[in-house]
Amino acid sequence: MKDLNNKDNRKLYLIFRIVASILMVCLAASLIICMLDMPGLFSSEHPGENIVAERYIESGIEETGAVNFVAGMILDYRAFDTFGESNVLFAATICVMVLLLVQKPLPRKYRRKKTPDAIEGSDSDSSKLPECKEYYEELREEHEIEPKRIKNDVILKTVAKFAVPFILIFGLYVILNGHLSPGGGFSGGAIVGSGFILASVSFGFDKMERFLNKRSAGIITFVSLMVYCLAKSYSFFTGANHLESGIPLGTPGNILSSGLILILNICVGLVVACTMYSFFSLMRRGKI
Amino acid sequence: MLEQIYNHFNDIVAAILFVIGFSNLLFQKNLIKKIIGINIMDVSIYLLLASQGYISGRIAPILTDGSENAVTYINPIPSGLVLTGIVVSVSVTALMLSMTVRLYRKYKTLDLDEILMKVRREKEESEK
Repeated sequence: MKDLNNKDNRKLYLIFRIVASILMVCLAASLIICMLDMPGLFSSEHPGENIVAERYIESGIEETGAVNFVAGMILDYRAFDTFGESNVLFAATICVMVLLLVQKPLPRKYRRKKTPDAIEGSDSDSSKLPECKEYYEELREEHEIEPKRIKNDVILKTVAKFAVPFILIFGLYVILNGHLSPGGGFSGGAIVGSGFILASVSFGFDKMERFLNKRSAGIITFVSLMVYCLAKSYSFFTGANHLESGIPLGTPGNILSSGLILILNICVGLVVACTMYSFFSLMRRGKI
Repeated sequence: MLEQIYNHFNDIVAAILFVIGFSNLLFQKNLIKKIIGINIMDVSIYLLLASQGYISGRIAPILTDGSENAVTYINPIPSGLVLTGIVVSVSVTALMLSMTVRLYRKYKTLDLDEILMKVRREKEESEK
């Protein structure tokens, strides 16, 4: 790092720091002055408090049947917005897979002998292909292969045995009650996903892989996105002027009410849970 | 003046948090700390939106006591916007972290200056 200790570079770095601090102070001052011009905190004279919010609340129950006005807003009036958000999550999963699922290719002369097991690259496979032993050892040094056995942590396992079922049930409750109480697909999906992560950390990655791996998580995400898309995109064929579904709205307050919102909440929850888990399972390989 | 500041307390805290996150982006060399700075900026935006949506004396937008009057409930739109923001920030954070993992695998360091110097050295070697 000779270049960093160079005198000219040090001077430049000092100038950068001074200019940046002045810029930050100016930014803080201008932001605070702008904030002081806004309508006061918690006041009802806000420009956002207009006919749109009034409409969402006053005719929300008749039109969507959801007791939770926010759920009715994001999954009925603004359903395409939520569909876009779910697609953003799906696209992020794909990008992370493209970036992190890359492995060094096998040495060329062994590539033809490559068996499906050899791609996994565990201990038994390197004994099957003794020629590739060096290659696998090199990979292990770089921690690119995930550890097959994790430490036998008694406290973590015992706590997880009690906690995981409750976490999963609470997540399912938040998803299914999304139109009745605070919560919905996004928060419930995050809870279910963190339950999966806790289970896979404490009981072992390979046990969790049998239940949910990257492939099945991708399929579940795709199917839920397709269900969402088909459930909402029919409005394009009816002139895109109304978003009513054929499902009766039912009595507001019942669990089986509010038409499509329950189904869409389940779809969004599945997408978020699978995304959270696959982020974790992709990131746990490698080290920093 | 003091009363005005007291009236805009949440907004000013959000502005200061935003500046803290932005200066993390500028002053930190470590890539992970830069990502933490971006997350602090996201949190300041959520705070600003949520405090703009709240109106004193009103309750969360969930039907209670059968009242369908808009004066009873707070504005539901900022809540929906915060939801969008959280989803986008999660995706962007995951993307940035995975890029950091790739950079670390190649250059074995998280310091941005060292990575840039190694890139420059590689370029010079390839030109030779």
